Amino acid sequence: MRRNGPLALCFHALFVIFMLAPLLIVCVVAFTPEGYLSLPTRGPSLRWFKAIFDYPEFIRAFRDSLWLAALSSTVAIMLAVPAALAIARHRFPGREALTTLFMSPLMVPHVVLGIAFLRFFTQIGLSGTFLGLVLSHIIVVLPFALRLVLAASYGIDQRIEHAAISLGAGHATVFRRVTLPLILPGVVSGWLLAAINSFDEVTMTVFIASPATVTLPVRMFLYIQDNIDPLIAAVSACLIALTAGLLIALDRLFGLDRLFVGTGKG
Amino acid sequence: MNRALSQRATPYWLTGPALLVFLGLVVIPLVMTVLLSFYDWGQYKGIVPEFTLKNFHEIFTDSYFFEIFLRTFRIAVLVTLFCMLIGVPEAYILNRMSPAWRGICLLAIIGPLLVSVVARTLGWALLLGSTGLVNQGLMAAGLIHAPLEFMFTETGVVVALIHVLIPFMILAVWASLQRLDPQIENAALSLGAGRLTIWRRVILPQIVPGMLSGGIIVFALAASAFASPAIIGGRRLKVASTLAYDEFLNTLNWPLGAAVAVLLLAALVAITVGSNRLIERRYAQVFE
Repeated sequence: MRRNGPLALCFHALFVIFMLAPLLIVCVVAFTPEGYLSLPTRGPSLRWFKAIFDYPEFIRAFRDSLWLAALSSTVAIMLAVPAALAIARHRFPGREALTTLFMSPLMVPHVVLGIAFLRFFTQIGLSGTFLGLVLSHIIVVLPFALRLVLAASYGIDQRIEHAAISLGAGHATVFRRVTLPLILPGVVSGWLLAAINSFDEVTMTVFIASPATVTLPVRMFLYIQDNIDPLIAAVSACLIALTAGLLIALDRLFGLDRLFVGTGKG
Repeated sequence: MNRALSQRATPYWLTGPALLVFLGLVVIPLVMTVLLSFYDWGQYKGIVPEFTLKNFHEIFTDSYFFEIFLRTFRIAVLVTLFCMLIGVPEAYILNRMSPAWRGICLLAIIGPLLVSVVARTLGWALLLGSTGLVNQGLMAAGLIHAPLEFMFTETGVVVALIHVLIPFMILAVWASLQRLDPQIENAALSLGAGRLTIWRRVILPQIVPGMLSGGIIVFALAASAFASPAIIGGRRLKVASTLAYDEFLNTLNWPLGAAVAVLLLAALVAITVGSNRLIERRYAQVFE
């Protein structure tokens, strides 16, 4: 394979700068000692990071977001594992239609989903509740969980399971001791991707969140709509640092390319 | 016999729970939204469940709505084109890197996908503001005298959306590049083809399906994007999704908001399904 020329590398460098610049500027501005948006020319200060703790709504939203991500992705993976096994190894009428239905939250714009959930939850009395948030997030993150479990399920040699059955293992034992360990990488990465997507979701959540139950991205979005100041930069910087840490861990554990190639396709 | 029957029922037992959840939480709410878009609404009477085409009539006849939908699709088309123009060469460069470097660069390119859109758009708001780094840099370099207006303009929204969505394009093109046999490129080279010819005649035709499927994803996501247009565009520069948001949470005209959402959904489904069909027919041999 031929190597990249200098022109190509220049283009690449500019592109990487383009991708990282908005994230870096947020992190730099967060360290400003001034009371307004500016680069920290007088040396870095932790003033605005300390100020976050005077705004308990950010801390509370962060905690709620973590809970929401953990709960919704756990339920999603519990629904996705049996569904993925059925889709991967059975040929049955309605298989295609079911797969399309389960992947549809990727196709339907999140604005539309947000509106649909707002209308639905208002009618059944769930609007503004944490349960409503969990239910809606299960739907939005299920495709991510399903796709990764599905990819793992296609690869299993079913003869291993048949061997276990012929040796006298019951269905539950086969699942617990044979099938689950085989698809575990897909289950773990599917859960993680689902949790990340739940944590980051803002477009749909902004419709159904109430002042009592608001996620961190929605809280930040509503704050930015009013004004942009170093405080929100500090909150964002914390979020970026957290994501960067998670990203490096994910890359070590699974390899990013494997986790993401194919993302976004229905 | 009984065993065969239970064998046949197995996939339905396995998909049953997810199916029930999706029927209850996707199909019913979407149907309710479509119904809502045909309801009447008044400032004092609220939502009246009577069938009317009033909302759609209003959207189709009022130039205010027409302009918003036009802007939404103009932004989506521009974002898709720029994502292709930048994303295709970048994916190609990425594919030719050594695995170690590629790993690091992938972190930089895919990583932002995991960062909340709100934080990323905030970064662009800081960069593009009238006292932002981009304007200061351009003025210091003597290229411009007065700060350029990026905030609250379509240009600003397009730039932020390219940043948000270009990883999808790169991933799609990269996936089709990985299926490419590098020996074909060498064969063309040995037969005396120039680099440009190789690109145009050998590589490009093979990655067009990847580009197009990436393009569909980017277009659909750009046309329905919410957070970036809301933050960079502000309240004045509305797109379809921020319009629906305003109707729902500020004006409280839910039926009109639902009609906007239904139209957006219908347009996107028509465009994505239509172009998917077209691509599959045109490039059937590439997909095998």
